[in-house]
Amino acid sequence: MKLFPEAQCLICHEKIIPVIGWTEIFSEEKELIICSICKNKFERVEGEKCKLCSRPFQFLEENFRRGDLCYDCERWEEDIEWHGYLHANHSIFLYNDFFKEVMANYKFRGDYVLAKIFANCVKGFLKRIQSDLLVPIPLSDERLYERGFNQAEALIVESGFTPAKPLTRIHLEKQSKKSRSERIHIPQVFQINSQVEIIGKEILLIDDIYTTGSTLRHAAKLLKESGAERVQSLTLAR
Amino acid sequence: MRFYIKDKYLVPHLGEGSLPISKIQTIPQPPLNPDFSFNPDLQLLLTGKQLILDDLPFPHDEIQKHYENGYVTYRKGMEYNRSQPTCSRCGNNKENWFAQFPCSRCGEICHYCRKCLMMGRISACTPLLGWNGPAPEQPLPKTILEWKGRLSEGQQAASNQVVHAVESNKELLVWAVCGAGKTEVLFEGTESALTARKRVCIATPRTDVVLELTPRLKAAFPGITVASLYGGSEDRHLYAPLTIATTHQLLRFYHAFDTVILDEVDAFPYTVEESLQYAAVQARKPESAMIYLTATPNEKWQRECRTGKRAFTTIPARFHRHPLPVPHFTWCGNWQKQLKKEKLPANILHWVKERLKNKKQALLFFPHIGLMEKFLPILRQLTPNIEAVHAEDPDRKEKVQKMRNKEIPLLLTTTILERGVTFSNIDVAVIGAEDNIFAESALVQIAGRAGRSKDYPKGVVTFFHYGKTEEMIKARKQITAMNQEGTRRGLLDS
Ligand SMILES: [Zn+2]
Ligand SMILES: [Zn+2]
Ligand SMILES: [Zn+2]
Ligand SMILES: [Zn+2]
Repeated sequence: MKLFPEAQCLICHEKIIPVIGWTEIFSEEKELIICSICKNKFERVEGEKCKLCSRPFQFLEENFRRGDLCYDCERWEEDIEWHGYLHANHSIFLYNDFFKEVMANYKFRGDYVLAKIFANCVKGFLKRIQSDLLVPIPLSDERLYERGFNQAEALIVESGFTPAKPLTRIHLEKQSKKSRSERIHIPQVFQINSQVEIIGKEILLIDDIYTTGSTLRHAAKLLKESGAERVQSLTLAR
Repeated sequence: MRFYIKDKYLVPHLGEGSLPISKIQTIPQPPLNPDFSFNPDLQLLLTGKQLILDDLPFPHDEIQKHYENGYVTYRKGMEYNRSQPTCSRCGNNKENWFAQFPCSRCGEICHYCRKCLMMGRISACTPLLGWNGPAPEQPLPKTILEWKGRLSEGQQAASNQVVHAVESNKELLVWAVCGAGKTEVLFEGTESALTARKRVCIATPRTDVVLELTPRLKAAFPGITVASLYGGSEDRHLYAPLTIATTHQLLRFYHAFDTVILDEVDAFPYTVEESLQYAAVQARKPESAMIYLTATPNEKWQRECRTGKRAFTTIPARFHRHPLPVPHFTWCGNWQKQLKKEKLPANILHWVKERLKNKKQALLFFPHIGLMEKFLPILRQLTPNIEAVHAEDPDRKEKVQKMRNKEIPLLLTTTILERGVTFSNIDVAVIGAEDNIFAESALVQIAGRAGRSKDYPKGVVTFFHYGKTEEMIKARKQITAMNQEGTRRGLLDS
């Protein structure tokens, strides 16, 4: 482990002091970019989880569980309009308060460099999950201009991979204000960019957070209908 | 954003020949077109400011029109010295506080400043917007200052100096002891500035102080609009002749104020954050007055005062005309070692028991939370209703209130209560005054908690220590020197 003289935590800006018995949560690190205090505030998705969306069962009440699936996934899969499009979602971290705070700085305040914090673990997942194309969930042109960068694409790039962009996004008002049924029934927000070959391809969608799953399912549906062989997703947090 | 220069002004443009704004050599400023009818809302929002487009609820076309007609200025959000960037808003030029990203606004790898990111991202392609048109009209009430109180002799002398500095755009340090009543000392100077249609800002590092000062100034200047600015405040876009702000909020101002009054210049985080010191300078007009207020100037400033390099005035006596309590030094041995065995030095225990017996409330200061928390259960054996507070304590306000209501006899605290808080009749002790955290200024502030009310002007201040420090001696010297000056100038009754 190499420590640069001025190593400063990317999150709390404190000087980084290496700890003996450093836990290798973020494996393969060459340099320390966050301190052990911040590092320990991230929690991994672990233990029993929904086979489809990776929702951990440990915090879920029994009646929201349906065997291997969570209640939400069961509802999606019962719906013939949505059945079978998203093969599986993988998630790395729990969406705890600390993650929320870091994500607000990364995504909304635009602190791009924070993508480096996640690079090593994203890389690990990208190596493990079989796929032909890594597709970041796109932003509309307006949103992209406003933020300055696409936070999902940055995760791929900073992990050393190349994103593919078979999707574009139509500008709509904010999603979070809508109810579940409105979200399901909104017209498709994505369009296919025919420049990118997707027929017969295995696709891994990348996004920062899995909240309701509707964004990822909309994208998956369009990609499958346009000829993709299989669509999975990877999100930083769940 | 990318621009190109067309007919001596900038035009936003993405195509060939365009550059991110920081790469344009000099930014042309079109002359003011007197026939242009400007948007008065934009005028109110931008006068004396440095904002980014994301701060403004106006379309960029409209802002560009104002620029082309000379009413809005564009500055580079980032300046380069060779390849080394400096953030124009916060002055940051430290490499480790910059990062880069592939920017969708300029299509290049763009530097951005992480130091002031909380106020919206400044990157190499960000224009900083300002106002170049006339300032908004400030209607003045007939009477500006409605305060009916009286200044003490010491306050009046300082107030006269403040007025003089304001009128002649000078710098002045007002060195006023804790309890001198420094806020009132600002009233006449502020009135004189407002009368001359000058814009005034009172800035302080701490939000608490902004919240405390705002109602007092609104009451003293009822006919004047007061903008109260801190993180999350609603006055963010309010144009006002009198602004009360945290030093942090000054980052959004540029050449705005004719008079800046900086309260508690020696308080955290102003002392350690260069960006805040930079902000205070940026917020002043080039031709302006700067008044510094503090009870505890740092060593460098004290030296500058003594050697005549810094204009200053002192208020050596409290408003109630009683001398400052002088701290007693009491050696308490290796108290931390005793604490490990869950014991307290006998003299500390005795001091506490005396206060409990005589029902005199007391504040006990500790260098660190850990030590304080070891102390607490031992003292609670004497009486259970003793409390302890520290910076991250969610119940801090409630505990301070309990102390004010005299519901608890003893409050243990870290240095968090060293300034700002006053209780009417207390004794004060510092446990472990030898610790590095207790600098001269901290100790003077702590001693300044005692004897604040005119009904109880006396209070005991004891520094329990395991070896006297320079800082302790300097603190006591500063306090006795102020008392001597108070006597000499006839500002003390006893
Ligand atoms: Zn950290
Ligand atoms: Zn699920
Ligand atoms: Zn840019
Ligand atoms: Zn900055």
